[in-house]
Parts: sequence; structure tokens; C-alpha cells
Amino acid sequence: MDLSTILQVLDSTVRLATPLLLACLAGLFSERAGIFDIGLEGKMLAAAFLSAAVAYTSGSAWVGLGAGIFASLLLSGIHGLASITFRGNQLISGVAINFLAAGLTVVVAQSWFGQGGRTPQLAGSARFEPITLPFADALREVPVLGPIYYELISGHTALVYIALLFVPLTWWVLYRTRFGLRLRAVGENPAAVDTAGISVVWLRYMAVLICGVLCGIAGAYLATALQASFVKDMSAGRGYIALAALIFAKWRPWYALYACLLFGFLQAFALRPDVIQTVFGFKVNAQLLDVLPYILTVIILAGFVGKAVPPRAGGQPYVKER
Amino acid sequence: MTTAPAIELKGISKSFGPVHANKDISIRVMPGTIHGIIGENGAGKSTLMSILYGFYKADAGEIFISGQKTAIPDSQAAIAAGIGMVFQHFKLVENFTVLENVVLGAEDSGLLRPSLARARRELKALADEYELNVDPDAVVEDIGVGMQQRVEILKALYRRADILILDEPTGVLTPAEADHLFRILENLKREGKTIILITHKLREIMDATDTVSVMRRGEMTATVKTSETSPQKLAELMVGRKVLLQVEKAPAQVGKVILDVKNLNVTDEKGVHRVKEVNFNVRAGEILGIAGVSGNGQSELLEVLGGYEKGTGTITVNGQTIDLTGAKSDGRSRRERGIAHVPEDRQREGLIMDYHAWENVAFGYHHDPKYQRGMFMDNAAIKADTLEKMERFDVRPPDPRLAAKSFSGGNQQKIVLAREIERNPDLLLIGQPTRGVDIGAIEFIHQQIVALRDQGKAILLVSVELEEILALSDRIAVMFDGRIMGERLPQDTNEQELGMMMAGMNKGEAA
Repeated sequence: MDLSTILQVLDSTVRLATPLLLACLAGLFSERAGIFDIGLEGKMLAAAFLSAAVAYTSGSAWVGLGAGIFASLLLSGIHGLASITFRGNQLISGVAINFLAAGLTVVVAQSWFGQGGRTPQLAGSARFEPITLPFADALREVPVLGPIYYELISGHTALVYIALLFVPLTWWVLYRTRFGLRLRAVGENPAAVDTAGISVVWLRYMAVLICGVLCGIAGAYLATALQASFVKDMSAGRGYIALAALIFAKWRPWYALYACLLFGFLQAFALRPDVIQTVFGFKVNAQLLDVLPYILTVIILAGFVGKAVPPRAGGQPYVKER
Repeated sequence: MTTAPAIELKGISKSFGPVHANKDISIRVMPGTIHGIIGENGAGKSTLMSILYGFYKADAGEIFISGQKTAIPDSQAAIAAGIGMVFQHFKLVENFTVLENVVLGAEDSGLLRPSLARARRELKALADEYELNVDPDAVVEDIGVGMQQRVEILKALYRRADILILDEPTGVLTPAEADHLFRILENLKREGKTIILITHKLREIMDATDTVSVMRRGEMTATVKTSETSPQKLAELMVGRKVLLQVEKAPAQVGKVILDVKNLNVTDEKGVHRVKEVNFNVRAGEILGIAGVSGNGQSELLEVLGGYEKGTGTITVNGQTIDLTGAKSDGRSRRERGIAHVPEDRQREGLIMDYHAWENVAFGYHHDPKYQRGMFMDNAAIKADTLEKMERFDVRPPDPRLAAKSFSGGNQQKIVLAREIERNPDLLLIGQPTRGVDIGAIEFIHQQIVALRDQGKAILLVSVELEEILALSDRIAVMFDGRIMGERLPQDTNEQELGMMMAGMNKGEAA
């Protein structure tokens, strides 16, 4: 196996890890504040649809991104209303959002475009194009480092770099700012936050809205960068995989990056059965490879990967008591 | 000229639905004093303080802080008015450091570093001034409850509180820790801070306070100078009638050994060794009291004996070995051996709060043929039986159809006691019999325990209340860090010695 094959696999690892990473960080903000969010999937899907539809109509991928974030925020608002204001069951609210998104996207797409529940193909500026980083072409001929820079680091869409920047940003916000301290506190012991004179409701809404923005970017990435249109159920369980990655990462931002890269790698691997054949010398059923990330998800969720302690107040509505 | 009171409440009323928690309460707390508020559970002390701290909004009444009329709609306003509160259940973020907990909500700016640096300097100054030493970088869940309480006090002082409210502060402390706390409070008082101490322990009121207010059923029944009153008078004011503070009991008529525990070890699911090589026995007709600060293995000891925790070692009841790990290590097998268990946490282990009293009385004994009719439960028989038990144990109201949660703490405990004692066990395990129970009910429960002893039953009593242990026990064993530190006879020991043993020091045997 040569360097260029390895680079190709790693390059698609990065591309496939990006939506997972965005969704994972989205879940991190929400769950660190004590709001479990199984609705990452639905928010991504809604964002994917609306971003593709608006990008096609407006001709601008960036306008599409804005629309995607708007769609996701709307669902986040519903989740916040249900679980914070009305103190409902967070799992049920999340599941409802997933169903809502799965059904609505197809129905609206059908009545809007009449193409069987999908959006038309995006082209040109309606889609995020790969960015060539400075000197990538010039350095391409340098041995080893040149191809790594050109193939792996350069040549992604803007959203990939944005997603990667969100990792240190999330870490900084969580551990170096007042907001982060309060956010982490409200997910552990909301009573401590309340008695300190800070609004639990406001903090949790902020967390849920940040979650909405990140899911919106993730969804827009799926439809306007990774693919070039919205198709039915295109989020394909990524929201759930992101949740598994979040548990794997024990709710910490840098570990979330590593976990998502691992899942991205498995997905990238599944696209290249030929690589397996050259490396291991036998043919593997492609469907079996497709299943790998999901099997890993099950293993993680079953608790085989060490003990993960979730934020202590996670999933519980805050009721003031003496 | 007279100084204005630090706090003056005028005509505070608060209702929760039909329950009148506070009725027209007025109180003046003078600056630089320690003011005690005493009353039974449910008397409305906590409600009153929650109103003062902005947790609840009063239906009527006014609050004056240093003579100024002040509205306290939320905790933020209370903090701004210089009020700090140390809750009975600490409001700390357990996996944060001490420093982070102190800073939370009182940060200087959007970035954390400068706030943390300033807090570190101030904590050092506060530690020197008031004997409030805490490692600022320790994680809260790793430090003891005494330390955690200091963190709560530091939080209040860091927010420039002049008035400090402490709600039942000594419930979780060893006697030595409690003494340290009262020294801290004295220091704070000397610096001119005002302290409100809420407690149900008469002794603390007598030792620590300058003035005391008594609450009963939502009303403030009296405010007196502590030096001009006595525990008996206060107890009478709290309950509204004369109360026996001493348990009256005849000398024990001790029989054969009923419970014999040898080399008992318990390791919990986290791998922590909770009970270490414990040996003791309990004989017929005596009460063995196990003293200790909570979390030193007493709970696990009760759980193993009750059949819902596994352990190693040998336990015999009436000479027969009981199963500690296998198929017979469950509650039903224990009951069949004549063991009855009144668990420490009645709301989690003793009752199902949402179920009716009669259902709760049947639990554990539901296979009793008396409760069966063919293949069905005979609910009418259970209800009739429950009603009888409720009347014998003076449960109020004696209505088997009420949910367990609608009874007061004392009446809940009486339901559990009735269920267990009426089964005529050879051995009664009883944990924290009077935790959260009113003085009147405490008297009744103590009498029941002594009566059972006088019938020749063996009783193992676990309590964190040293006074209770001393009053009831015929022998006292002290547990510390999973071990039995030693046994004493109540007439040969005192609170000081037991307190030392509870803190892991054993004068008698160390030499």
C-alpha cells in the first residue's frame, strides 16, 4: 500500500469525521449543561434539508448554511421548551424531534421540488467548494510532507476547518471562561448554580441554542459540502454515532475529536474494500464494513470502554426545592 | 441610641396550597449575635429561611435589613443584601475544586483566571482570620463533609455576607467537627457578623446561641434570651406539652446470644472495603447501639444483615448460620429467620412513597397466608390489619388508603416500625430510628424499642445521634472506617470519649 492510498483514506476520514465532530460538540454543550439530546440526528437532518433547499434557491452555500442553522435552532427551541420550561422528559422530546424531522423534510421537499423527497443537485456557489491552502500547489512536490499537506490538510471545504477550530474553542469556553464554569456547574448540580444567584433556565437555554447552531452547521455540511443535495434520511444515524463518540470521549472536547476521527476512519475504511484486500489479502463483504461504526457504537454504549460518568444532573429537569 | 436589627421580619406568611407553612411571623435578629431558631420538622423554619434567601416569595409581610426595607425576590437579591446561606444539603458542585465552587456565581469578569487568582488570595486571608482552612485545589468530592461545610461558609464570606444562615449544620459532623464549627461561628460573631442557626438539637441552642426563637406549626411561639431558658422549657415550647427528654428503662434482663457476627467483611460494588473484620454479638433482651459518623460502614453492616448486600465472614442467628452470598442472602430469607429490619433511609428503603399505607404494610410479608385468598391478595384483610397496626402505633391519620408520602416523617417511621415489630422478630435491626422525626414521635418510638427489648428480643441500633445511642443502648460499639473501635457500657463512658472513638482515636486501647 502506497502513501497516496493511505492519504486518500485519511483524507476521507477527515471529511467523514467532520459532521460527527460538529454534532458531538453540539451534544457536548447540551449535555454538559444537563440536557440530554438524542435529537442531534433530527436537527442535523432538518438543517441538511433546509440548507440544501435554500442554497439551491438562493444560489449561495453560505445563505444555505444560515437557513440550516435556523432550522436546527427551531428544533432546539422546541427541545428547550419541552425539557427546560415544561420540565418534560428529555428522551421523549428528542425522539419526537427525530421523527418530526425525518417526516417533515421529505414531505416539504416533495411539495417544494417534486423530485421524490429530495432537493435538486447543487452546483457552483450553491455548494461549499474545497479550499486550497496557501502554497499547497508549490509544496506538492516536496517528498512525503508535500503530499500530506496537499492531500490531507489542504483541499477541504471551509466547514471542515470551522469544525476543527471548534475543538480548541469549545475547550477554551468550557475551561477558561465564566460561562463555561457555570455551564459545567449547571450540568452537575443546578441547585448550586441557583443558590449562587444565577439563572439555571437561562444557562440551559444558551447551551441548547449553541447545540442547535453546531447541529445546523453539521447538517448543512452533509447536504452542501459532503454531498451536493438533500436526500431522504441522509444523516444516516450520525447523530447517534456522535452521541456514542461523546460518551467515548467522556464529555471532553479534545477526546471528542479523537473519538470522531476514529468513527470517521471506520466509515472511510468501509468505502475502500479494495484497501483491505491489498493489505490483508482477503475480500471483505462491503456491507460488513459499513456496519463497523455501528458495532463500535454498540460496544461503547454497552460500557466496554471504561466507565464514563455523565454529568450528574443530566436528563433531570431542575425543580427548585428548599 | 438603639442599633437597628440586622434582620427584621414583619408579618411573614406563606402557604403551600392548604398548608399554612408560616403564619404571621415577626422576628428581630440583632447584629453581632448568634440567633437560634428551633422547632420540630415541618414547623416552618426552613420555609422562613428560604423566604429570607429569596427561594420562596412570601404571600405577605416585609423584610428589613439593617433597618432598610428590602425586597428579596431571588437569591441574587439576598446575596446583594449581604445574606449567605449554608444549606443542610450542601449546594456544591462535587467534581469542581474548592476554588471553582467559591468563585461560581461571583466571578469578576468573563475570563476565569483573574477571578480564580483573586479568590485564592482571599481564601488565604479568610482561612487565617477564621480558622477556615481548606485546600483551594482539592476536589470537593474528595474532602470530608466538615471541609465541605467550610467551603459553603467560605462561599458566603467571599460574597461579603454579613448575615449567615446555617440550616441544621451539625447533622453530618463528628462532635469534634461540630466544636470546630462553633469556634468558627464565635470568630465570625466577634467580627460583627450576624448568625442564624437553625437546629432541632436543644444542646446546640443552649451552648452556642445568644437568643433563641421557637417555632411550632408555622407560628413563632417565643423568642427568649438563651441564658434565661432551659432545655425543658424549650422542648415544651416546641411540642406544646411536657416532653420526657430521658428514656425510662429498667435494667436489661440479658439472655442467650441471638446474633453473633464473626470476621465480617464487606466490599461494595466500587471495590471500597466498607466493613473490616467486624466481630460482635447481641443477646436477647439487650440493645446494642452502634455509634459512628455516617459513612463509616454502619449502613453496609445493616445492609448485609438485612440481606441486600453481600459480605464474607460468619453470621449466626439463634445458632444457625445465615447465607451471606448465595441464594438465601435476601430479605425474605432473613425475615424467615426472625430478623426484622427498619432501614436507615425509610423513604428509599423502608417505604414506597407513592403507594398506600396498606400496601406498604404488606411489603415483605405479602406471602403471609393471612393476606392471601386463593391465588389473589386479600386486600380487605391487609387494610383491616393495617388499620389495627396504625391504631396500636398511633399513626396519624390512621387511614390505610393514604399514600406513604402524605404522612409526616414520624408517622412514616411508625408505619415501618409497626410492620416490622408486629411480626414478633427475634432480632430487630433498626437504623436511624428518629432521623427527621418530631420530638413527640421520638419519645414514642424510643418507648417501642425499649418495650421490645423488655420482651426479650435482641436489638441492633445504628444511629449517628450520640444522645440517642447513650439513652437507649445497653452496650455501645463505635464504628470508624469500617472497624469496631471498641465497646463501652453507657454508664462507664461519655460523649467526649465516644466522640474521640468516632474520630478514630481510642484512648483506652491505644496505650
